[in-house]
Amino acid sequence: MTYIAKPGLHHPTLPKNALCYTRRDYEGKVSTLCAGCGHDSISAAIIQACWELAIEPHRLAKLSGIGCSSKTPDYFLGNSHGFNTVHGRMPSVLTGANLANRELLYLGVSGDGDSASIGIGQFVHAIRRGVNMVYIVENNGVYGLTKGQFSATADQGSVSKRGVVNTDNPIDMVGLALQLGASFVARSFSGDKQQLVPLIKAAIAHRGAAFIDVISPCVAFNNHAGSTKSYDYVREHNEAVNRLDVISAREAIGVDYAEGELAEVRQHDGSVLRLRKLHADYDPGDRIAAMNYVHAHQVRGEIVTGLLYLDPDPHDLHEHLNTVATPFNALGAEALCPGAATLEQINASLR
Amino acid sequence: MTLPSTRASRPGLQAVNDFVVKFANVNGSGSASANELFAKAILRMGVPVSPRNIFPSNIQGLPTWYEVRVNERGWLGRRGGVDLMVAMNPQTWDADVAEIEPGGYLFYDSTRPLPPSKFREDVAVIGMPITELCNAAYGDARQRQLFKNIIYVGALAELLGIDGAVLETLLGEQYRSKPKLIDANREALRMGRDYAREHLRQPFGLRVRRADNVGDRIFIDGNSAAALGCVYGGATVCAWYPITPSSSLAEAFQKYCARYRVDKASGRNLYAVVQAEDEIASIGMVIGAGWNGARAFTATSGPGISLMTEFIGLAYFAEIPATIIDVQRGGPSTGMPTRTQQADILACAYASHGDTKHVLLFPEDPHECFEFAAQALDLADRLQTPIFLMSDLDIGMNQRLCAPFAWDDTRAYDRGKVMTREELEAGKPFGRYLDVDGDGIPYRTYPGTHPTRGSFFTRGTTRDAYARYSEKGADYVDNMQRLLRKFETAKTLVPPPLLRRASRPTALGAIFFGSTSPAMAEAIDALEGAGVHLDTLRIRAFPFADSVAEFIAAHERVFVVEQNRDGQLRSLLVNEFGIDPARLVPILHYDGTPITARFIARAIGEQAGTRAPAAPAAAEAHVP
Ligand SMILES: Cc1ncc(C[n+]2csc(CCOP(=O)(O)OP(=O)(O)O)c2C)c(N)n1
Ligand code: SF4
Ligand SMILES: [Mg+2]
Repeated sequence: MTYIAKPGLHHPTLPKNALCYTRRDYEGKVSTLCAGCGHDSISAAIIQACWELAIEPHRLAKLSGIGCSSKTPDYFLGNSHGFNTVHGRMPSVLTGANLANRELLYLGVSGDGDSASIGIGQFVHAIRRGVNMVYIVENNGVYGLTKGQFSATADQGSVSKRGVVNTDNPIDMVGLALQLGASFVARSFSGDKQQLVPLIKAAIAHRGAAFIDVISPCVAFNNHAGSTKSYDYVREHNEAVNRLDVISAREAIGVDYAEGELAEVRQHDGSVLRLRKLHADYDPGDRIAAMNYVHAHQVRGEIVTGLLYLDPDPHDLHEHLNTVATPFNALGAEALCPGAATLEQINASLR
Repeated sequence: MTLPSTRASRPGLQAVNDFVVKFANVNGSGSASANELFAKAILRMGVPVSPRNIFPSNIQGLPTWYEVRVNERGWLGRRGGVDLMVAMNPQTWDADVAEIEPGGYLFYDSTRPLPPSKFREDVAVIGMPITELCNAAYGDARQRQLFKNIIYVGALAELLGIDGAVLETLLGEQYRSKPKLIDANREALRMGRDYAREHLRQPFGLRVRRADNVGDRIFIDGNSAAALGCVYGGATVCAWYPITPSSSLAEAFQKYCARYRVDKASGRNLYAVVQAEDEIASIGMVIGAGWNGARAFTATSGPGISLMTEFIGLAYFAEIPATIIDVQRGGPSTGMPTRTQQADILACAYASHGDTKHVLLFPEDPHECFEFAAQALDLADRLQTPIFLMSDLDIGMNQRLCAPFAWDDTRAYDRGKVMTREELEAGKPFGRYLDVDGDGIPYRTYPGTHPTRGSFFTRGTTRDAYARYSEKGADYVDNMQRLLRKFETAKTLVPPPLLRRASRPTALGAIFFGSTSPAMAEAIDALEGAGVHLDTLRIRAFPFADSVAEFIAAHERVFVVEQNRDGQLRSLLVNEFGIDPARLVPILHYDGTPITARFIARAIGEQAGTRAPAAPAAAEAHVP
């Protein structure tokens, strides 16, 4: 069997969201990834986030490149259209899809090899264009699918399973995204669902290029001592700067809150992000400061996680191109074809 | 000005409405608009012209030529040879002078004296001190340069008998928004005319005479025409990366859209043009948009096609509509980036790894660029696959006289087999890769159509008929076989080849395509005159219709005329039909200049065992 159908049983007691869907309705095929792979946890977080937000599954399109991480869109949101493109080129396909129908939500899922190695050009340009999307990199520092070679995010000095030391400098996707003008930048850890789910929800609610770098250990090839992307290493070096709660526009505001310093940000769609600061000195509204902070900590071997930057009023590619509100794929000849009479005028001007 | 202005040692060529003028200029000197004015004026006098730019890969300084074929009968291909050389570029003087037909004319700027060795005995020389005149008339250096061009146009108009009023009307049209420039240009034109009238009084045998042979035809370049075809055909997304000779296509699309595709009520755009970071991203965006139900295209040239090939394979295998316009140039590599060729035929027909075959359309002129661009968008949707519009630099970047564009307002876009929400709701079964109708074309759904039905996962890996991941050989083979059936269906949808029978039965045939068309028509006419009769077939698409094989079978020998080194169309014919290669005689022209009627007539004439026909064949300057 090369694919595994999932039993479509519905448990009557499963909780339902505002659309009367259970979490099951957001699931996909059974994963074929290794047991314990970080990527599966991210899929679960995506399912949870979409269920909590009561996203209509068919109004979301999921796109990916090639890699273990890029396989995952088959394993969540089975009622969404998905597109497993070619290695490193998902951003351009997502951009084109987004141009064709601005009404859907676009979720791009990629790996560190896919986005930081072969596909870094496309990643960079999709971010700087401000494509309205959620872009998740499932970052394990290696090429899982081709069996453990270093990717471009592998830290200098980290050691492969076979004992090879990586001598190249790493690319920090968060630093890149900040520099390129992403209007939502976050980092998280596949092992921290509490942190990851709200970040995904906030990113979905964001209208603009939302980027999340999720450290996602590869249990098969990069989870050993000497790796800087192993479960143990990330747990030890995780520096969460804040904790997030997302209150969607339709929910009543008035959630109980624990102690701590609170900051509220209202996004364009009406959703409210409540940030509980864990580091008093961290301000996610300051892009330059965020770049400094993240980089300074990275040099110390710490992995800064949380909502790292947010522009609550961003602009996206459609605004830049001044496109009509109607999706292009719904426009017919009446709207698009200038007609025979105009063509006669054009002919006349060419004589 | 030491040389006499005329030194013809034999009577000059005599021709009315049938000659070739070539302007040799320096790139960036502002000659383009003056030369175009010259060509258009003749056209407005009812005499067909076909101008061709031969330009360098450079912004300023390198040589550039503008060759104008004037032909009352309407031959629009290159003839070969030059009757009047307007030699304005000292860098290329020797080669330019050498290219003139015996008995032809050399027009030059005689301000700086040249030794007699720089001229030819058998060419009549017309010297005009253009720089001297300009320096006397203008103080400003830029004006001196720009008006030089207009002054020689004025002088040539006088010599050739081009109507001054026509020129002035054209200037008026060109500078409608800048009236000041009209007067200045008119003045320069007059200066040229007056000088010619008073000083250039030697015999001159070339004349333009009013005729009525242009009719309602239009004059436009193929890139603009293809761009307009994309507007009419309903393209909403254009993703591109600049590359000569295709850039002006995307730019023209943007220009037409700004005029015809802005929603009146909202002031917002019914189109999106994205200048991508490279050609990989361009085709990726086109595929993304096509997958999501918008009509999308990209315009590129050979190097871009090379970069796109991985994605082209995805679109073929995952069955996603995409329109790719390849304005071909000289390859391989950067090759001859500003010269023309038909050398991407195989690269496009079989683009990408694995077993792939793609639909190609071959327009012969701007009219077909328009038609086929619009049709390509329909075919892409209907066949759910990449469609290539195979233009080239000769068609794309030169203005050509062609039939006016036509559009039927009752024509609806063919969006192909798209299952709707209503059909899904009604329970119509959906399998993304099921061959329901037996034509190899499956049904698709646009993302977002239905909450619980019709979604599927698109991938470049093997899947079964329901789009589920599969590693079974049988699933793979089924799918590849269906793709072949779909290619058979494509045969019935693409523009059929056009047959032209010789005036008497013949065992000889010729196959040609694309920009070779006008030179071919003239060559066939000349060959007929010399007693060589050929049936011809102009191929307009790949996959080839069965009638192509029948045509080949019906002739003992078939010449395949193309503008590349390896006979790529011929290879495709041999490969697809399993034809004995000996039956297909390659006639190949690939030095980067557009093929000429003389070249074709002579090459076929020699092969056919006849003496080369008298007209129009003669010495050919551009034999590869
Ligand atoms: C053009 C191309 N080159 C190479 C490959 C082989 N390949 C498949 S996945 C992969 C690396 C994936 O790494 P990453 O994106 O980090 O995903 P992971 O498996 O680690 O989740 C490579 C090199 C390919 N599919 N296409
Ligand atoms: S190889 Fe690594 S990345 Fe791939 S599924 Fe296994 S654990 Fe995950
Ligand atoms: Mg990886």
